[in-house]
Amino acid sequence: MALPQTKIDATEARLSALEVPQGAGWAQSARSGALARVRAMGLPARRDEYWKFTNPADLIAPEAIPAALFEDRAESIVFGEIDRLRLVFVDGVFDPDQSDDPAMAGVEIDRLAEAQAVDIHWARDVYGVLETRGQDPVERPLAALNTATATDGVLIRVTGKAEKPVNLTYLHRDTGSDATLHHVIKVEPGAEITVLENGPAAARFNKCMEIDIADGGTFHHIRAQGRDHERRAMTHMFTRLGRESTYKSFTLTANGVMTRNEQVVEITGDDAVAHVAGAALGDGDFHHDDTVFVTHDAVNCESRQVFKKVLRNGATGVFQGKILVKPDAQKTDGYQISQSLLLDDDSTFLAKPELEIYADDVACSHGSTSGAIDETALFYLRSRGVPTGEAQDLLVLAFLAEAIEEIEDEAIADDIRSRLEGWLARRRG
Amino acid sequence: MLDIKNLHVSLEEEDKAILKGVDLSVEAGKVHAIMGPNGSGKSTLSYVLSGRDGYEVTKGSATLEGEDILEMEPEERAAAGLFLAFQYPVEIPGVGNMTFLRTALNAQRKARDEEEVSAADFLKLIREKAKALNIDAEMLKRPVNVGFSGGEKKRNEILQMAVLEPKMCILDETDSGLDVDAMKLVSHGVNALRDAGRGFLVITHYQRLLDHIKPDVVHIMADGRIVKSGGPDLALEVETNGYADILAEVA
Repeated sequence: MALPQTKIDATEARLSALEVPQGAGWAQSARSGALARVRAMGLPARRDEYWKFTNPADLIAPEAIPAALFEDRAESIVFGEIDRLRLVFVDGVFDPDQSDDPAMAGVEIDRLAEAQAVDIHWARDVYGVLETRGQDPVERPLAALNTATATDGVLIRVTGKAEKPVNLTYLHRDTGSDATLHHVIKVEPGAEITVLENGPAAARFNKCMEIDIADGGTFHHIRAQGRDHERRAMTHMFTRLGRESTYKSFTLTANGVMTRNEQVVEITGDDAVAHVAGAALGDGDFHHDDTVFVTHDAVNCESRQVFKKVLRNGATGVFQGKILVKPDAQKTDGYQISQSLLLDDDSTFLAKPELEIYADDVACSHGSTSGAIDETALFYLRSRGVPTGEAQDLLVLAFLAEAIEEIEDEAIADDIRSRLEGWLARRRG
Repeated sequence: MLDIKNLHVSLEEEDKAILKGVDLSVEAGKVHAIMGPNGSGKSTLSYVLSGRDGYEVTKGSATLEGEDILEMEPEERAAAGLFLAFQYPVEIPGVGNMTFLRTALNAQRKARDEEEVSAADFLKLIREKAKALNIDAEMLKRPVNVGFSGGEKKRNEILQMAVLEPKMCILDETDSGLDVDAMKLVSHGVNALRDAGRGFLVITHYQRLLDHIKPDVVHIMADGRIVKSGGPDLALEVETNGYADILAEVA
C-alpha cells in the first residue's frame, strides 16, 4: 500500500535533518537495510493505530524541542552504591574520560563507533536483525530509524558470568541535544549479565537495545529513566530468548514530558522465562507509554508483564500490552497486569491489553485497572497517627510493590525503592 | 480524661441525626462500657471521636485531657493519645505490618517532639508485645491484616494499642467475630494495658466481653443518647432481660 504523501513528507523531513552515516562494512549494510525499512513504513503518525494514545509528532519532528537541564536535588545518584562498571554517554556520545575501563571478566565490550569500521564483527548477527524481526506484525519505524542512523552505542558480548553489572549512564548537558544510541548485547550459552541504565540522555533521545540471549543465558535489566522534566524519550528493547534462558527487565520512570518504552520479546526456545515490569510516577506535564509485545513460540515458557503507574496533576499513562501465543507454544504461562493509581480527577490512564492465543494448552491471564487511593486504608493509617501525606505515600509504594518485586537483586530493589520514596517525599514538601 | 458534652452528630450526606446529646466522662484508670441495641449510635460515637469523614458535629464538645479533639485531624488525635480499635480492621495490601507499626509509632513520637525509635529498639519492643498476644513473626511480616482471620485482626488491633500506648482507648465491638479463646487472648491484652493513667471505653453488644474486661461503669445507649448508667451489674441485667425492659423503664 502506498504511503500517504503527508507521511512521506514527514519522513523525508526527518531524514534530511539527520546525518545518515555513509561507508561500507557490516554496519553499513544493516543501516541501508534499515533506511529502506524506514522509507517503506514511513514514520509514525497520530492516525496510526499503534500511536492512538501517544502523539508521535515531537518524536519525529526534524528538530528536537529543547529541554531545560534538571537540577538534581537528590543527595546520591541511582545505582551509586552498586559495584558496577560504568560507561558514560553525554548527550548521546560516549565519554571515555568519565567511563570505567571496559575490561571485565566474562564480558567483551566494544564501542559501536569503532566496531562499525571493522569488516567482520559478531554484532552483525544481531544489529538490526532483532529489530527487523520485531517489525512484524506491528511496524516500529522509529526503531528502524535508529538502526539506520545510530553511530554510537555499546556492543556487549557476554561469554561467562559477568563480574559485575554494566551501568550505562546517560548525561544530559546540552539543552538542545538530539541523541541516538544503539546497543547490542549477545549473551552466549549459559552466560549471565546485569545491565543498568540511568539518566535522561538528551533533550530528545532515541535508543534501541537488541538483546540476544542464547540457551541457558540470563539477562537482567534495571533502568531508571532520568528525572529531567522536559526530556523526550523513545526507547526500544528487542529481546530474543533461547532455550532455558531468562530475561528480566524493570524500568522506573519519574518525570519527562514524553516517554515511550517499547519492549518486543520473542521467546524462541523451550522453558524460557521473560519478565518485563515498570513503575512510572507522573506529576503534571507527563506522558508515559509502555508498549509491550511478547511472542511465545516455544513450549513451556513463562512471561510476565507488570506495569504500574501513579498519576497526578493531569499526567497521562498509556499501556499497550500483548501476549501472542503461537500454535506450537503449548504449556505457555502468560501473565499481564497494568494498573494505574489516579491521585486526582485530572489524570488519565489509557490501556489496551491484548491476548492472542493459537495454542490450546496454555494458561494466560491479564488485568487492567485504574483507581484512586483507598480512603478506608488512608483513614486507618491516619487513625494510627500517620500524617495524610506520609500515609498516602505508603499506599502509593504498596501499589507499586508488585512491579518492584520483579527486581531480583535486593540491593538494587532497595535503591529503586529509596528513589521512589525520595520522589514522593519531595512532592510532599 | 475523655469528656463528651451534649454531643449531637448528623450524617453529612442525609442530614440525619444519629447522636442526640451524648454526655459521658471517662476518668483515667477507669473502664467504661457502652452497651445498646443496634442502631443506637454506639459505633457512630467511636467514628466521630476518631475523626472519620462523613459525620457532622452539630452541637456539643469532646475533649481529651481538656483539648478539643473534634477540631483535630485523625492523626493529631492519635498523637494526642486517642486510639480506636476498629470493629472491622482494614486490610492494606503491600504495606507490611511492621513497617506500618513503626511508621505510626515514629509519626506519633515526632508529633509529640519525642525521639524516634530505632529499628533495633523497635524490633525488640514489637517482639515482646507480639509474644504476649500470641502473634508470630509471620503475622508481623505479612501485609497489614491481609489474609488474617477475624481473631488475628482483632489481636493485631490490640498489638497496635500495646505498641502505641495511647492514653484513651476505644474498643468498638472488639468481641465481634471472636471465639472464646480469641476473646480471652484479646481481653488479656487489654487488661495488661489497664493502668492508672489510661482510660478505656468498651463498646459492645454483649455482656460476655465484660466478663473478661471488667468495667467500672456501664452505660446503656439508645436512640443517640446515654439513657442509663450504672455499675457492672447493669451489664448483667441486660444479659438477663435484654434491652427492652431498660428502655421501657427510661421512656
